[in-house]
Amino acid sequence: MAALLEIRNLSLAMRTYEGAARVLNGVDLSVGRGEIWGVVGETGCGKSLTGLSISRLVPTPPGQYLGGSILFDGRDLLQETEDGMHALRGRHIGMIFQDPTTNLNPAFSVADQMIDVAMHAGALEPSLLGVAAGASRGERRRSARQLAIRMLDRTGIPNAGQRIDDYPHQFSGGMRQRVLIAMALIGRPELLIADEPTTALDVSVQAQILALISDLVDEYNLAVILITHNLGVVAQLCSHVAVMYAGAIVERGSVRSVLKRPAHPYTQALLASLPTAGTRRGELKGLTGVVPNPFVVLPGCRFAPRCPSAQPRCLDRYPAMIEVEPGHLVACVLSEGL
Amino acid sequence: MTETAAPVTERGSPGALAARLVNWRRGAYRFRQSRLSLIGLAIAAFLAFIAVFGPWLAPHQDQVAGAVDTALRFRPPSWAFPFGTNDVGQDMLSLVLAGARISVLAGLAVVVIGAVIGTLVGATAGYAGGLVDETLMRFTDLTLTLPSLILAMAIAAALGPGIGNMIAAIAVSWWPGFARLVRGEVIAKKHEAFVDAARAAGARPARIVLRHILPNIVSPVIVKMSLDVGFAILTVASLGFVGIGVLPPTPEWGSLLSVARGYMPDYWWTAIFPGFAIFLAVFGFNLLGDGLRDVLDPKARR
Amino acid sequence: MLRYTLRRLILLIPVLVGLSVLVFAVARLLPGDPVRLAAGPNASEAEIRNLATEFGLDRPLPVQYWSYATGLLRGDWGVSIYTRRPVAEDLRIYLPATLELVVAAMLLAVMIGIPAGLFAAAHRDRWPDYASRVFSLGAISMPRFFLGLLLQLAFAMWLGWLPLGGRFPLTEDAPATITGFLTIDSLAAGDLHAFGLALRYLALPAFAMCLSPLATITRMMRASTLEVLQQDYVLTARALGLSHRLILFKYVARNALSATLTIIGLYFGFLLGGTVLVETVFDWPGIGLYATKAIVTQDFMPVIGVTLSIGVLFVTVNLIVDLLYGVINPKVRYE
Repeated sequence: MAALLEIRNLSLAMRTYEGAARVLNGVDLSVGRGEIWGVVGETGCGKSLTGLSISRLVPTPPGQYLGGSILFDGRDLLQETEDGMHALRGRHIGMIFQDPTTNLNPAFSVADQMIDVAMHAGALEPSLLGVAAGASRGERRRSARQLAIRMLDRTGIPNAGQRIDDYPHQFSGGMRQRVLIAMALIGRPELLIADEPTTALDVSVQAQILALISDLVDEYNLAVILITHNLGVVAQLCSHVAVMYAGAIVERGSVRSVLKRPAHPYTQALLASLPTAGTRRGELKGLTGVVPNPFVVLPGCRFAPRCPSAQPRCLDRYPAMIEVEPGHLVACVLSEGL
Repeated sequence: MTETAAPVTERGSPGALAARLVNWRRGAYRFRQSRLSLIGLAIAAFLAFIAVFGPWLAPHQDQVAGAVDTALRFRPPSWAFPFGTNDVGQDMLSLVLAGARISVLAGLAVVVIGAVIGTLVGATAGYAGGLVDETLMRFTDLTLTLPSLILAMAIAAALGPGIGNMIAAIAVSWWPGFARLVRGEVIAKKHEAFVDAARAAGARPARIVLRHILPNIVSPVIVKMSLDVGFAILTVASLGFVGIGVLPPTPEWGSLLSVARGYMPDYWWTAIFPGFAIFLAVFGFNLLGDGLRDVLDPKARR
Repeated sequence: MLRYTLRRLILLIPVLVGLSVLVFAVARLLPGDPVRLAAGPNASEAEIRNLATEFGLDRPLPVQYWSYATGLLRGDWGVSIYTRRPVAEDLRIYLPATLELVVAAMLLAVMIGIPAGLFAAAHRDRWPDYASRVFSLGAISMPRFFLGLLLQLAFAMWLGWLPLGGRFPLTEDAPATITGFLTIDSLAAGDLHAFGLALRYLALPAFAMCLSPLATITRMMRASTLEVLQQDYVLTARALGLSHRLILFKYVARNALSATLTIIGLYFGFLLGGTVLVETVFDWPGIGLYATKAIVTQDFMPVIGVTLSIGVLFVTVNLIVDLLYGVINPKVRYE
């Protein structure tokens, strides 16, 4: 099955007062329906920008795409017009963000906000609302409201029919995230981009939200990109994982192969730094060094300065992606010999 | 008892001074960048100059004191009389130049007095807290609900004519704004470490407020003062326009305008020039104040 | 919502009491002897004493305050020494005129200022934004009385389009008084001719008054719109495909409105006290003019009356703003 979303060699620079920061350096990613891709990396590695780029929400200026393409269902989104993007957002691509408290408008009821999204999607695809083609605005709004109540119910909001008229501050954090998920999926998108959806939630609520996402993927055959810095979340929910470092994907593949047999030194260090039940006091193994300066792009592997297994040829040229197992790719010279 | 353990943030220590200098330099750079602020500074400097030297710059100084020349009444603007002459033949340019002194200096005086009184009230309320704070602030808030112009007019009229009375009357309606500002700032600074250190070293409350807290809140007060000067000048002119405050023959822009009203539209120059002078003064000081605020109060950046 | 409203209303009472005490204290503390002025230069000491007793000025201060306060509540706001009429009656005549002027000015300021602010924010850092900033500063700096004079020069004297001053031509029949607002009263009577006249006389003074709040409202709206545009929920709305126009005019406008609402309330109060100058220029028969005459003749009952009514109106308007705030920002209601 052809991938729904294919990001090829995406490069993005941000023009700032101090110069141009290269925040994305040749990102490659391929996501199909039914797949839950975790995109992991440290803060500042560019994972959020990758997500925003798909929906073309990165302001340009100061952003400037230096090359590459984002193919969604065959169309290159970087070449798409704003009107074209507008027709995709909410209807084919849904997004949720990290903090459910600030992502809902406090001055409007949940009903208001959800109905607006449903109306937008309904204008593009009337069958969503289940009304006839010539239906009046009032009729469409009424059925949009019914659709919203059903979605809230589906995402686990009890008593949805009444609670839909409440304001965001009347919901708890976990509930708000459910509302946001309902809002993101009400237009029946094929792709859901979730940027750190559980980071601001309690651990117990986190598990519920992750389970909800998993159910929804099965039910709607969604493609999901889950951006997170938490490997635990990846292990719990994702089917595939892509590890990002300094604006590029250094390793990707199924969760099983990447987490069990990590091939890139960065991935290995990340996994090694996770404390396990057997870790003794004072034994936390972190990574040494700092992330590279985005303003200066040197040739060669960007992880080399921190890599415990670095070799002189690592600094010569950027390593090509190598398939070490079926579907498991890595950008490291160490895997070349295999 | 002296405070021996002065924290680094203490005003006067070398580290603090160096930090302030860097801030100032950066601020001055930003100020230079803004064209509008520089224009404001130019206008304000120009006005300050005229305010100080006005009476001597005027071509017809005797008229400033009240001399008239009825043979030359109502001459339109010309080379001899760039702003024309008024109903008693006085040179408008001289009158306007002399008027600058009153309006600008009175405006500055009002703001300074208002700031001093307001700081006293606000600092006391902020530092003391509790009932003192409540009472003082309720009183301040009540004063703010009263119409300031009418209040100033009433007080000035009751006190009688004269510049001093006028300044006092306007200052009475000016201090509440400063009181609230200072109170807020003092409360914010009250809980910082250096205050605790000073108190632990045995300093009395008045000393703490004066020597430690106040120097650290100078910035927002200066910003408000500079923003207020323009409006103070406007209020001074307003009182003059209504006929309260200074009496003729002292030339004051507002009263010049008031007299000129009766001679519209034929002798338009008797009104246009004083009126425009008021506008220029207020506009210039407002630009300056805006620029200073952008520089001194980074929170207010666009 | 009801509980919130009640709470606010109850808080109003001590404020009103405090206001009356403050005004009374200031009035009594001022030097000056209105009785002497009213009695005239040739009055004997005995006559002055009699007049003083007649006005109740010989009794101790707290007693005076008490009778004054109870009088206020009864509707007896004292008598103007100058007009020899009860102040309450004078206020009933002059206050609606000023209110009409202030309401007209605020309407103009809001109708132009809010869209202008949204527009400036939407075109941030481009020339419309820059131009509006300069214009705003200029508008605030312009003395109202000078602007009024200029407007008179231009529109009344040179162009002859609009009347020079006053509120209604003496030669015409004014509509029956219901609200005291000539515009509303003429519409209520179905008298379109009178309505047109009322508007023509209102135009210049209202415009002179509106410039200052217009400028501030524009700036405030721009600032809060920019702030709202940075918020996360705006990003979410964009990410889910909502149109730019919908986001700006429905969501952002309401969120940005709250700060502007406070300004509107404050300015209403400022304008009420600030009509003095414009009323003088345009001969508008309002409380500004009334207060000015009273001040000059040291007639303090009207001054107290005017000051107090402005204070009360100011507090009331701010209360309404608070209540509206509760509508716009639902969180506030539950505090």
